[in-house]
Amino acid sequence: MIHGRDITRTFKTKTGTVEAVRGLNLDVGEGELVAFLGPNGAGKSTSVRMLTTLLPMTSGAASVGGHDVTRAPEKVRRMIGYVGQKTGSGPYHRVRDELIIQGRAQRMSESESRKRANELLGMLELEDLADRDCNSLSGGQKRRLDVALGLMHTPKILFLDEPSTGLDPHSRANLWDHVMRIRRETGMTIFLTTHYLDEADTMAERVMVMDHGKMIADDTPERLKAELAGDTIRLAMVSEGETLIAAEVAANLPNARDIAPNGRSFSVTVRDGAAVMPHFLRALHERGVDIATASVRQPTLDDVFLNLTGRSLRENAIAA
Amino acid sequence: MTFISDTFLSFRREIGPTMRSWYYIVFGVVQPLLYLGLFVPLLTAMPMGGDGNALQWFVPGMMVMLVLFTTVSCGWALTEELVSGSFERFLATPASRPGLLVGRALKELAPLLIQALILIVVAAPFGLHLYPVPMLIGLALLMIFGIGVASFSYALAIASKNDGGLFYMVSHSVSLPLMLLGGVLLPMQMAPDWLYIASRFNPLTYLVEAERALFMGEVFTPIVGYGALVAVLVAIAGIAVGTVTVKRASL
Repeated sequence: MIHGRDITRTFKTKTGTVEAVRGLNLDVGEGELVAFLGPNGAGKSTSVRMLTTLLPMTSGAASVGGHDVTRAPEKVRRMIGYVGQKTGSGPYHRVRDELIIQGRAQRMSESESRKRANELLGMLELEDLADRDCNSLSGGQKRRLDVALGLMHTPKILFLDEPSTGLDPHSRANLWDHVMRIRRETGMTIFLTTHYLDEADTMAERVMVMDHGKMIADDTPERLKAELAGDTIRLAMVSEGETLIAAEVAANLPNARDIAPNGRSFSVTVRDGAAVMPHFLRALHERGVDIATASVRQPTLDDVFLNLTGRSLRENAIAA
Repeated sequence: MTFISDTFLSFRREIGPTMRSWYYIVFGVVQPLLYLGLFVPLLTAMPMGGDGNALQWFVPGMMVMLVLFTTVSCGWALTEELVSGSFERFLATPASRPGLLVGRALKELAPLLIQALILIVVAAPFGLHLYPVPMLIGLALLMIFGIGVASFSYALAIASKNDGGLFYMVSHSVSLPLMLLGGVLLPMQMAPDWLYIASRFNPLTYLVEAERALFMGEVFTPIVGYGALVAVLVAIAGIAVGTVTVKRASL
């Protein structure tokens, strides 16, 4: 449904040329739910804006829904729903009017638009707000309206650019409930950008990690975590010298790395920690090591990002 | 044709909030009456260049001024939607770009058209001779001219969207000399030679002269022809510049 080849985008600024996107290649199949994950400024939004015809590419080629983004932008626009980073509704316009106008702009008839607007007002729990001015809506309500606007013409592909940024946890969860339900019902392809780790982890079937305008990883969250981060086994020993024995034993575990004896505590990173743990503990028991506590920590996508770039996404999110 | 239907669509969206604000409508009706009541009595005591009633001379000039000032600053209304995502939302639909701009411009011009009609009707008992067909042609030329200026204003708003002060400065430093040099308020025939010559290089002068001729009942004269040409050229250039700016913009 979405294919990109060697997409680049440069911006000219006062201080020189900025390469926002550098040689992006991507393929998204029909019905997939894919997330672009990366810090602010990684080039996620710029990429989405090029795929949605809002920004011309500097070089490269892309097709969305079978149409070339540069040569047939109008055909692409009819295929896609676009929910931008910022509020899409006009402040002084009424909720229902905005939906109907959006449908008309997407070449639906007046009666189709009215019918679909009512349908979406119901689906996204906006009925009671239908005749209100959009600027009287809460942040979560505005965002639901943005999604409704993007869904008016029942697009095959939905682009969501930072859909939940700035929402409180309750509104975020609520928005996602709606999006996931609509997806189950329609099977549409969804392409989203986010800098929320948990969002990419729990919602997306495939995560593309972006940093400095390049895609640095592309896989399911499970495989990314298994291959690029691994599980961390942590132990606390009863007495100090025993961590050195543990380090010796750990060195024989398959794929063990980051072996870190430290006082009475000990950690090692392995693949599939839950399965390795019983063997590890038995081996330690046979060497006479007394264990006080043991735990396995599953990795997050932040660990993946940290391993790929040496930086944490969390720090980035806070700094930005 | 999608340009026409999207112009209507864009107009329909924008006119909604206007129709709902009663104070805007009241102000719109009162404003032209203020000009008539507070300025025209003064004008009738002045020696004007041409012959005929002062109203016949003043009303078309004032309409040009209202259209120019309203449309030159209407890009401001777009700025808010540029900063939020609502204009971008339309750009992600197949909607015609020039249609989006012209529909917005018409939303600014529709109240002016109604004001102008009120003005003409109210001024009639005070001595404004009515020439219905030429006057309606005059209003149509103003609308065409206004669409062009508004489109330039939208282009300026997009180019200066991160700097509201820049928009204000550029739009005013263009519109004010245009208006003063256009002989909108006082006849240029009274001006010193250098000022008169400068006014001949101002396209607005020709539109003002055409409007005055139309309000005197003239239609098929070179003066009206030049004014019509200016209005059409401004509209074509404005829509072209506006559309290109929208397409190139990285909002």
